[in-house]
Amino acid sequence: MSSEVSNPVVQPVFTGDSTHHQDSEGEIHENGHHEHHKEYFFTKYVFSQDHKTIGKQFLITGIFWAFVGGLLSVIFRFQLGFPNQAFPFLETLFGKWAPGGIISPEFYYMLVTMHGTILVFFVLTAGLSGTFANLLIPLQCGARDMASPFLNMLSYWFFFAASCVMLTSFFLPEGAADVGWTFYPPLSGVKESAPGAGLGADFWLIGMALFIFSSLLGGLNYITTVLNLRTKGMSMNRLPLTVWALLITAILGLISFPVLLGAAILLLFDRNLGTSFYLDKIFINGHPLDHAGGNAILYQHLFWFLGHPEVYIIILPAFGLVSEVLANHARKPIFGYRAMILSMLAIAILAFIVWAHHMFVTGLNPFVASVFVLLTLLIAVPSAVKVFNWIATIWQGNLRFTPAMLFCVGFVSLFISGGLTGIFLGNSALDIPLHDTYFVIAHFHIVMGVSAFFGMLAGVYQWFPKMFGRFMNNTLGYIHFWITFVGAYMIFWPMHYMGLTGVPRRYYSFDAFQSFNMFGDLNKFITIAAMLVFFAQLLFILNFFYSMFKGRKVTDPNPWKSNSLEWTTKINPGHGNWDGPLPTVYRWPYDYSKNGDEFIPQTVPYKPGEEKLHH
Amino acid sequence: MNMMTAEIKTVNRFHPLKFMMWLGIAGMVMLFAALTSAYLVRKAQGNWLEFRIPFIFWLNTVIILLSSVSMQWAVKAFARYDVKKYRLAITTTFTLGVMFLVGQYFGWLQLDEGGIHLTGNPSGSYVYVISGVHAAHMAVGLLIMLIGVLRAFFRPLNPNRLVNVQVMATYWHFVDILWIYLFIFFQFNLA
Repeated sequence: MSSEVSNPVVQPVFTGDSTHHQDSEGEIHENGHHEHHKEYFFTKYVFSQDHKTIGKQFLITGIFWAFVGGLLSVIFRFQLGFPNQAFPFLETLFGKWAPGGIISPEFYYMLVTMHGTILVFFVLTAGLSGTFANLLIPLQCGARDMASPFLNMLSYWFFFAASCVMLTSFFLPEGAADVGWTFYPPLSGVKESAPGAGLGADFWLIGMALFIFSSLLGGLNYITTVLNLRTKGMSMNRLPLTVWALLITAILGLISFPVLLGAAILLLFDRNLGTSFYLDKIFINGHPLDHAGGNAILYQHLFWFLGHPEVYIIILPAFGLVSEVLANHARKPIFGYRAMILSMLAIAILAFIVWAHHMFVTGLNPFVASVFVLLTLLIAVPSAVKVFNWIATIWQGNLRFTPAMLFCVGFVSLFISGGLTGIFLGNSALDIPLHDTYFVIAHFHIVMGVSAFFGMLAGVYQWFPKMFGRFMNNTLGYIHFWITFVGAYMIFWPMHYMGLTGVPRRYYSFDAFQSFNMFGDLNKFITIAAMLVFFAQLLFILNFFYSMFKGRKVTDPNPWKSNSLEWTTKINPGHGNWDGPLPTVYRWPYDYSKNGDEFIPQTVPYKPGEEKLHH
Repeated sequence: MNMMTAEIKTVNRFHPLKFMMWLGIAGMVMLFAALTSAYLVRKAQGNWLEFRIPFIFWLNTVIILLSSVSMQWAVKAFARYDVKKYRLAITTTFTLGVMFLVGQYFGWLQLDEGGIHLTGNPSGSYVYVISGVHAAHMAVGLLIMLIGVLRAFFRPLNPNRLVNVQVMATYWHFVDILWIYLFIFFQFNLA
């Protein structure tokens, strides 16, 4: 043991077996070193402490949830596209939730609530950050594993438990939560308010609490690993932008998720123990409830204090992945490396002081609103810097249009389209008529939902060879990209027009509204586009799992001719990542097309007289 | 808390485990910042019942301060591998921690008897919930400390565990300072 302590070098010792035993407080006693050791199925694939395996677990669970969340949206689009039209197969599938083949209003609200929850938290937070922070942080920083592999494993299993709770809630007699993904009281605070506000909502809150723990445990690890476990020479200004993005994401999560936990605790008390934090003088069917003196708007403040940073928790990892993949496939240094980092930091700081722009119609003091407008619009500056830099990066590049690259280009397009409508919504005067219309739906789906998905898909196509030692099928990848890209615009672009005429979101049916009936055909069009896009995602899932086992094998350890450290490992690295000593880093990761060299990995020292593109 | 801590110990940086603890503290600070600012926002709206916090909370404040002192003593004893003193100090800390929790329970009973119930005007509910969430943090700390207490008596002191004890102490001081903050917060806002 003492020899371990005096050894200044981080040793490549990793086991999940009996030579180390972990005692109750988690410390490891090592009886000796060895690099090759037997791993059992259980410790290798199930309760693994290897960050790469945990990343894959997050990814596959995320894919499962993306499938479920996407499917929910296709089902509720049936109601919106073909209102009151009977589809007998829906009754066969969902029984009492779709009597006569028509989706019931309760089912509709359950679908939209769970669609939002699943996509925002389970897919684009856990599925995105969880996957790429786990896979890339240790590999790109040059670490053997996370700072605490054990907590890292717990992070996944908390997520798994949260997933089980959420999934179970679908099968409750009253169904899953149906009070909207933002869970505003009083609707969410009173069990009698809706079928899914009973047990379903309690499951939702417990699931979210578990999810928050997962996310915090993960975040602690990501931050500590980036700040403490970088290899020799890997200074902060030599880190790939992916790692920077994931670091900032984790910091945002660490600061904002506890606030949501606080909001959820108060809500649980209101729901189950009769307190009045959010509830005030409510009548149900003419009978007053016991609550008095609560403040429902308070919940919105707490929720959006998380909720706004949350959208950056979703989009920042995509920023990082896209920056990395664009530079790699454009064979050019990233344009404005430092500006990229500074703009992410600026976005992260602004994220915490703009939350009330979600609340312009809550009776917010107009003077306060004007401050939030100003701060909100400021976000356009760093966002524009980033877009400019991405375009400048591919400008005159030697572009390789792999599926990953296409998704990055698609990302930039979507981010611009969705970002511009953010400027509309950020103005309180414009937001008041646009609030809770399809304009908002279009805005956040494009700028945060689809964009983040594109970043994630780019990441999956790019790092699939690192994860499984095989390539995904390119042809299927191209088909997947084009249908998704065109389809996403077909779904969300028309919604802007609907929103501008005032079509409200969350409505089950527009039958009673003369002025909104004219969008019947457009809604049909959107529904068909949504189904098409959903089927394209099935193609991706097929490609993913087929390629995992049967894909073309990777023969070159660095198939994309990339500079970052993850490609200096073996094709299928074991636990500990590098067989020999950890690599030493001499330069930033973006030396592409320099002095006639197509690419120069970070591990190559500067040649005498070589000019530094980056200091 | 993991297999790498032993290996990284001498790399000339802040120990990852300690660093993680501080990050965790940042998260917990945010939780209580959220709860106490919710309190202030709600209070500013009026219809706010004012009352004195139970006397026993004063006593508990003294107890938790003492437990921090004995925790520090435990760290020092551990660093010198003084088994006897360490056993005494860690057991004292643990006992004081349990006393604090029991004391809080009696505090809640006293509040309830005084007519301040969990339900009713939110000014009372906030005191219960905020002190309750704090007590939950204490309880988790005590559970982990219990392992430390048992180890102190049944296993020889292991020099590599010094960092665990230090991290435990950091957490313990944090929940202590947190309580002092909450105590002063209630004092200022209630009466």
